[in-house]
Amino acid sequence: MTMADEAIIELVDVVKSFGSQRVLDHVNLRIPAGRTTVIAGGSGQGKSVSLKLILGLMRPDSGRIMVQGKDITSMRPGELNQMRLNFGVLFQGAALLDSLTVFDNVALPLRERTKLRPTEIRDKVFQGLEQFDLRGHEEKYPAQLSGGMKKRVGLARALQLEPKIMLFDEPTTGLDPERTKEIYRLFFDTQKHFGYTSIIVSHDIPKIFNLADQVVLLNQGKIVTFESPEAIQLSAGSATLDFLSKSMGDVYRSSELEGTL
Amino acid sequence: MGPIARLGEYTLYYLYDLGRMGKFLFFAVRGLFARPFRLVEVLRQVRLIGANSFVVIFFTAAFTGMVLGVQGYYTLRKFGSEGALGSAVALTLIRELGPVLTALMVTGRAGSAMCAEIGIMRNSEQLDALVCMGVDPFRYLISPKVLATLLSVPVLTQIFTLVGIYGGYLSGVILLGVNPGAYFSGMEQSVLNQDINLGIIKSFVFALIIVWVCAAKGFYVHEIRNAGFGAEGVSRVTTQAVVLSSIAVLIWDYLLTALLL
Ligand SMILES: Nc1ncnc2c1ncn2[C@@H]1O[C@H](COP(=O)(O)OP(=O)(O)OP(=O)(O)O)[C@@H](O)[C@H]1O
Ligand SMILES: [Mg+2]
Repeated sequence: MTMADEAIIELVDVVKSFGSQRVLDHVNLRIPAGRTTVIAGGSGQGKSVSLKLILGLMRPDSGRIMVQGKDITSMRPGELNQMRLNFGVLFQGAALLDSLTVFDNVALPLRERTKLRPTEIRDKVFQGLEQFDLRGHEEKYPAQLSGGMKKRVGLARALQLEPKIMLFDEPTTGLDPERTKEIYRLFFDTQKHFGYTSIIVSHDIPKIFNLADQVVLLNQGKIVTFESPEAIQLSAGSATLDFLSKSMGDVYRSSELEGTL
Repeated sequence: MGPIARLGEYTLYYLYDLGRMGKFLFFAVRGLFARPFRLVEVLRQVRLIGANSFVVIFFTAAFTGMVLGVQGYYTLRKFGSEGALGSAVALTLIRELGPVLTALMVTGRAGSAMCAEIGIMRNSEQLDALVCMGVDPFRYLISPKVLATLLSVPVLTQIFTLVGIYGGYLSGVILLGVNPGAYFSGMEQSVLNQDINLGIIKSFVFALIIVWVCAAKGFYVHEIRNAGFGAEGVSRVTTQAVVLSSIAVLIWDYLLTALLL
């Protein structure tokens, strides 16, 4: 990746606090188009908050958030709504609608945002469910699903409108290793197929680095961007390692010991 | 913080809260006219808010009417005018007790459920998920409830009044021996169109109060001060919504009676 890559999302000098707690402290971040950016960092460091800022669900205290060259902090609600059509989102808790079945959850964006006929919607939904190994569960309600299944339904739903930008908040937390591998393969395939820009928040270090074109580490309101996963290794021994072990703690160190990176 | 600063802060918060409520109503009403119109959802809500309240309304109305019959009988007998029982019972029900008690019952049954449901959806990010899919939560979720409440409460009010009048008949005429002809003919002479209109206007105003207060409290559960978070936040806000809605109904009952009678 070079700086010449077009940034589809850019955070410029963003500050976000809750009361006296400063979660993001003058953060700058470029998300290159068509690539995968992995955001890592300890619990409560502001990863989910960053995604919500990008989606315009929260407003920064100061700074600009550019999506496709436009500052979303100054957009009117209508424009913001239009802008969000570029996004597919998997929330950390999947955020499925409780009162709808698995089928209706996945069909929701198609029914609400497209003019497809019911039979076409049915086909697309079943295809999505197939992809995530959810056939036979379409009549279940979210409360009847396991955590991992909810995640997969959330993924199927997020991909329905073939968005330009995918945001995944901990897509594999709660999935078993087999399933995790499967999901990573799906990410790889779907991204190749649709060419979307993806931002993945993950604790699955270092495995998730295999997918990453760029890695962003969040710690105490500051971020460090690595232009490739290898760059992290190269910078080992420097201040970065310090930062890493502080933000990632044992996760990073133990994986290092296993030599899996 | 000094007392003046605190007073100022409270004032600002309540002004903000008022503005938020106004905004909520505006978006909810606007959502009624946005396409696609969710007819099926409106009917489902009519069933939840209206049809499922029928039994409660029926029993409340029957016993209220019976009590009115007995009380009216003993009071009127002191003046030797038991013949006026029918008009006394009918006017009380049509103008006051029908609309008010129906509204209070619906608040307890459907308003609380509505508030909790929306609050839970807020806390589990389901509303954010809708927004991210480009689905307006007002059109999708709130407006059908508004319309369904506006349809259900006036009908339930009329049922309440009718059942109550027969309850009064049961206790006054059948049990205590008031002349049956006088019961109904007195009613015919004394009940004016104006009384019926007042009852209908009240039922619409109360319906709006219920759905507005209960839905908005749930919708803003995360921003309501001192409500706490998570399940506790939802439960506190639901209690607040029921209390506020009930009080507002009683206040508006007085205001409408004073203004329109
Ligand atoms: N709505 C909110 N109100 C107040 N504080 C909040 C709010 N949302 C997040 N925070 C705080 O902001 C910080 C960052 O939260 P965030 O959810 O972004 O963490 P995270 O990095 O996603 O952590 P995790 O890996 O555990 O999901 C946390 O300390 C949290 O307490
Ligand atoms: Mg998070």
